[in-house]
Amino acid sequence: MILSIQDVVKSYGNYQAVNHVSFDVPKGSVFGLLGPNGAGKTSLIRMITTITGPDSGAIYLDGEKLNDRSPEKIGYMPEERGLYKKMKVGEHMLYLAQLKGLTAAQARKAVDHWFTKFDIKDWSEKRVEELSKGMQQKIQFIATIIHSPRLLILDEPFTGLDPINTNLIKDEIRQLNEAGTSIIFSTHRMEQVEEMCDYIVLINQGRNVLQGEVQAIKSEYKQHLFRVEVQGEWPADLSDKFQIVRQDRSVATIQLTDDNQSNELLRQLMQKGLRIVHFEEILPTFNEIFIRTVQETPAP
Amino acid sequence: MSRLSLIIKREYLARVRKKSFIIATLLAPVGILVYMLVIVGLSSYQGNDELKIAVLDEANMIQQLPDAKGVRFIPAGARSLEQLKDEVSNHELSGILRIPQLGTFQKKNHTVFYYSDEKLAPEKSSLIEEKLAEKIRDFKIDSLHLSRTSLSMLDTDISIDPESISGQDTGESKYTAGVGLAVGGIMTFLMFFMVMLYGQMVMRSVMEEKTNRIVEVMMSSVRPFDLMMGKIIGTGAVGLTQMVAWVVLSLAVTFALPFILNIDPAQMQSMSSTPGMAQPEIGQDDALRIFAELGKQNWPLIIGSFIIFFLGGYFIYASMFAAIGSAMGDDMGEGQSLTLPATIPIILAFYIVSMAGWRNPDSGLMVFASLFPLFSPIVMPFRMAFNPPWWQVALSLVLVVGTAIFFVWMAGRIYRVGILLYGKKGSFKEISKWLFYKG
Repeated sequence: MILSIQDVVKSYGNYQAVNHVSFDVPKGSVFGLLGPNGAGKTSLIRMITTITGPDSGAIYLDGEKLNDRSPEKIGYMPEERGLYKKMKVGEHMLYLAQLKGLTAAQARKAVDHWFTKFDIKDWSEKRVEELSKGMQQKIQFIATIIHSPRLLILDEPFTGLDPINTNLIKDEIRQLNEAGTSIIFSTHRMEQVEEMCDYIVLINQGRNVLQGEVQAIKSEYKQHLFRVEVQGEWPADLSDKFQIVRQDRSVATIQLTDDNQSNELLRQLMQKGLRIVHFEEILPTFNEIFIRTVQETPAP
Repeated sequence: MSRLSLIIKREYLARVRKKSFIIATLLAPVGILVYMLVIVGLSSYQGNDELKIAVLDEANMIQQLPDAKGVRFIPAGARSLEQLKDEVSNHELSGILRIPQLGTFQKKNHTVFYYSDEKLAPEKSSLIEEKLAEKIRDFKIDSLHLSRTSLSMLDTDISIDPESISGQDTGESKYTAGVGLAVGGIMTFLMFFMVMLYGQMVMRSVMEEKTNRIVEVMMSSVRPFDLMMGKIIGTGAVGLTQMVAWVVLSLAVTFALPFILNIDPAQMQSMSSTPGMAQPEIGQDDALRIFAELGKQNWPLIIGSFIIFFLGGYFIYASMFAAIGSAMGDDMGEGQSLTLPATIPIILAFYIVSMAGWRNPDSGLMVFASLFPLFSPIVMPFRMAFNPPWWQVALSLVLVVGTAIFFVWMAGRIYRVGILLYGKKGSFKEISKWLFYKG
């Protein structure tokens, strides 16, 4: 485990932001930290990044309880992010890298490496405010990873990025992940969760309401719905076991009581001499899982 | 390098390299120089036309009025008023001054007449009045057969020399108070200026980080306390740099001024060899005594304690401003009311010194203000020049240092919460709750 959250509680005054949350982030995974606005995600991230400390419970990074040196192993790109506008890009990167514990020489080397990789060496002498918003986002991303963190925490990393830069950063995240960096990915965009994450935890009202492997959760939440398309008219005399949820001439959405009945359904359809054009199980989207789970959370 | 020193370095360089800083630092002394040159130029400006005034002295009281700045007096001689008027019309004269008979000597007022179609400038008018009054006084003295030496004996200059009764020779003279006022005044002003200017600079820069949203990025690398302290120390160092630069540049300008004004270097040398010459209205004797008085001040103590008061005062107020900056919302305007708890005590302290301090530096109000830690950094340096009891100085120092530590701690607690709350500004009630949030 790269990160282990154990029974963490955090409150501000009377408001309990995080209420006995526990989960583990496996080493080398891309881990989605999900939840509606105000669920306690930012409070959690701020504790992981040692910006604040938990009231009770413990957080372990790479087997070690969080301490003064933990920030050096973490790269954090907050949702509310920015840079010193008047600083020169190169100096700014050096500054942030040194704050993350690199020596001046190491920092220079790292800046050089990333600026070469992103082909932005000629930006070095420019002030941050002279760059376009997209350029600033790139710089912000480099600032996050400049010290080669073991754990990368990205809060809504793609907001404000155009599709080209989004892909660029996505590729970079994948490469970092393949090289062994564990990634915590916090977002509202569920299609990105499905695309990028291996594991998720869903936080609502300060508690974790759902956690696990993405594929496992999807199958756990599936409702045994199948979409079937046949050539010609849909038969009227199908067995009662198969409840037709929706039907549109040749396409039908059918509800089964369990997955084992899918073969039975196919057999029946074939026996009726129908030619089957399309047959698939409808898995729930993460969007649906998210909304369902959040709405089902009982009020505290 | 430690994180704190990295932050201090960045805060310092970011400000010192700013064009506005360089311009303000260089231009302030140059601005003062230009101002002085303009003043000198204006005061020596005499207008381009000289007035030619005929003096028609009907009673023969005065022989000849001496020419003065831009005015030439010409005796009317045998010419009549009408003849003179013609000359004015022909532009041979600028005007005619007719001095009627004085009548009785008891009369304190005397009216003279000026004939011209052009208005007499107020400056010229009072100049003529002054010259005439002198001449008429001479005329009266002569007419009454008074002795000028006896008359000059009538005036006496009085000065009070304080003497101690308890027998200790405090060595005070009439110059002590004046020199004390000057030294204390300068220190008070420096304090006030530094705290107001650079304290608010700390506040603005905290707010900037908050509105820039860089702060959360920073927080994931450094402790909030380090970021706040780095800002306070870095900005303070900028202030010190600027003060030192101004002092050095002002001295340079002062020495360069005579050359710029084209004064003979030989004359310069004679000026610098006699210290009193710099201030012509103070006699050489006075100047020497002022220097003696300055030498008598306990400079190591004054400067040493000034530095502690200075640092203490700066930390007290800068940390207050940092906390206020962290509690501000995105709208800088609506947060103005939050700055009042910091600005009111500074201004109050400055008023206490400027209203009550110079009248009696040892009054009850001054003693209180020089001990109360929110006022003392500004008030005590002023009193230092007047030899206050040592225990008051010591107590004041202890209170200032203690308060500074307490305020920095408190500001750190407010800052770490406020800095991460975006949007609305915090109310005083909320801010006081932040003090008790757990880490």
